[in-house]
Amino acid sequence: MPRLIPQIVSWLSLIYVVIPPMLFWLGKVDEKALKVHMLIATMLWFIATPLWMGREVKAEKAP
Amino acid sequence: MGEDKILDYRSPDAVEPAAANEFEREPVPRNRLLGLTSFIGQYAGEHVAGTELMIGPLFLVHGVSAFNVIVGLAVGNLLAVLSWMLLCAPIATRARLTLYYQLEKICGRNLVVLYNLANGVMFCFLAGSMITVSATALGVWLEFPMPKLSDIAPNSWQWVVAAGACGVAIAIVAAYGYQAVAKFANVAAPWMVLVFLAFGIVGLRQLGVTDLSQFWHKATTEIWPGVKAQPGKVHFTFWHVMFFAWFCNMAMHIGMADLSVFRFAKKSWYGIASAAGMFVGHWMAWLSASILYAVQLKADPTDTTPLPGPLAYKACGVAGVICVILAGWTTANPTIYRAGLAFQAILPRISRYKVTLATGLIATIAGIFPGVAMKLLDFVALYGMVLMPMGAVVFVDFWLMDRFGLRKNYAEVSGTNFNMAAFLAWWVTLAICITLVLTKTTEIFFVSLPGWFVAAVLYIVMSKLFQKTTTPRGFEVVAKAAA
Repeated sequence: MPRLIPQIVSWLSLIYVVIPPMLFWLGKVDEKALKVHMLIATMLWFIATPLWMGREVKAEKAP
Repeated sequence: MGEDKILDYRSPDAVEPAAANEFEREPVPRNRLLGLTSFIGQYAGEHVAGTELMIGPLFLVHGVSAFNVIVGLAVGNLLAVLSWMLLCAPIATRARLTLYYQLEKICGRNLVVLYNLANGVMFCFLAGSMITVSATALGVWLEFPMPKLSDIAPNSWQWVVAAGACGVAIAIVAAYGYQAVAKFANVAAPWMVLVFLAFGIVGLRQLGVTDLSQFWHKATTEIWPGVKAQPGKVHFTFWHVMFFAWFCNMAMHIGMADLSVFRFAKKSWYGIASAAGMFVGHWMAWLSASILYAVQLKADPTDTTPLPGPLAYKACGVAGVICVILAGWTTANPTIYRAGLAFQAILPRISRYKVTLATGLIATIAGIFPGVAMKLLDFVALYGMVLMPMGAVVFVDFWLMDRFGLRKNYAEVSGTNFNMAAFLAWWVTLAICITLVLTKTTEIFFVSLPGWFVAAVLYIVMSKLFQKTTTPRGFEVVAKAAA
C-alpha cells in the first residue's frame, strides 16, 4: 500500500504533464499557465517516482 | 532498464557495477534471457536524449521539406528497426555473446583494442555534444553570449566557463556516481518522452495551428518549407533524411554493438523493440524539436542558431529547461562511462575512476567547442561510417565464412592476436569511404551503404589470402604429430 500511493501520484503527474499543452493547443490556457502547470507536474513526478521506481528490481532479483 | 551488470573494466559492455555475472566471456544461459518489454523500455529511454534537440532543428537548417522529413524519417527509422531485427538480433540470439568477445574471437585481442580506441574517441565527441546541449540550458538563466550556428570554436569566456562547469560536473558524476545517475535516468525517461511530445504540441500552437486540418498547410509553408539550406549546409532531400535516420545508429545495428543487448533476448524478432526508440526518439522527438526551431525562425528569421535551452524555455518554461539539462546529462553519463571502459581496455592498470574522469575531461573540452554540436548530423554519419566495417566483418564471419571454405572465429582457432584480414577490411574500407567523401563523389550520409559491401567483400578476399598463408595453431599440432 505505501508504494501504491506514490505510484498513483506518478502516473497522474505524467498525465498532468500533457494536459496543459493540450489545453494550450485548444486555447483554453495561456502560456504562463501552461509553463506553471508543467513545472508542477514535473516536480510531482520527480518527488513521487523515486519512492517506488527501481526498488522492485532489488526485491525481485534472484539470490 | 535491465538487470544489474558486473563491472568489468575489460569490456565496454559492462555498463553498471553489480553482483551478478554479466557473461562477458561466455554465452548468456537460457535462464537469464529477457522478455520483449525489457527491451522496449530500454530503447525508448535511450533514444530520447539531449542530442534529439539539436538534430531536429538541424534538419531545418539543411532546408528540408515537410514530406521529406516526415516520410523520410519514417522510412529511415523503419530501415533501422529492420537492421536491428534482421542483421543484429539473429546473430545475437544465436551466439549469445557480447560484441567485444565476438570481435576478440574473430579479430584477436590487439585489434579489439584498436576498435575500443576508435569507439572511445567517438564516444568522447558524442558526449561532448551532449555537454554542449546541457550548457545551452545554463545560458537561459545566466544570459551569456551563446555560440552561433557557424561557430566551431567558443565565442565567449562565459560559454567556456558554463560548458566547462557542465562537463566537469557530468564527468565527476560519471566517475563516482554512475549508478545513481543511471537509476535517475530510468526515472526521468518516461517524463522526458512526454515533455518532448509537449514541445511539439506547444510549438504547433505557437505557429498558429489550432486545428489538425491546418497542419499540412503550415507544415509545408512555415515549418518545413523546403527552401534552400543555411549557407554552407547541404540541402537535404528525402534520401538524406532517410539515410540519416537509418544510419544514425549504424554502430549499434549494422555495426553490431547491440549484440551485447540482444544476446539476452529470447527471440531474434525482439529486435522490433528498437522501434520504441526510433519512432519515439527519432521521429516524434526530432519532429517536435524541429517545430520549436520553426517557432524561433518565425519570430526572427535571422536567429538561425539552434540552441536547445532557449528553444525549450520558450515552449515549456522551466520544465522545458529541466528537460534539456536532464536529457543531456542522462545520456552523457553512460556515454562517458562507456568511453572510459573502452579506454581502460587499453590501459588496464589505471583505475576506472581515473580513466572515466580523464575521459569526461576530454568530452568536456569537446563540449566547449560548439562545432561538433552544430555539425552533429555530419558527426553522427562519420561515427557510423568509422565503426560500420567491423559490423560487416562480424556478419560475414558468422554467416558466410563456411560457405567460402574459410574458418570463422579465426583469431580464436589460430591463436593470433591480430587478424590482418579484419584489420585490412576495416581500414581499407575507411580509406575508400573517406576518399569518396573528400572527392565529393559520395556524401558522408550515403557512403556507409556501399562501404558495408566493400568491407564484406574485402574481408572474404583478405581472409582467403591470409588464412591460406597462416597455419592455425590446431593444425600446427596435427602437422607436428604427423611428422
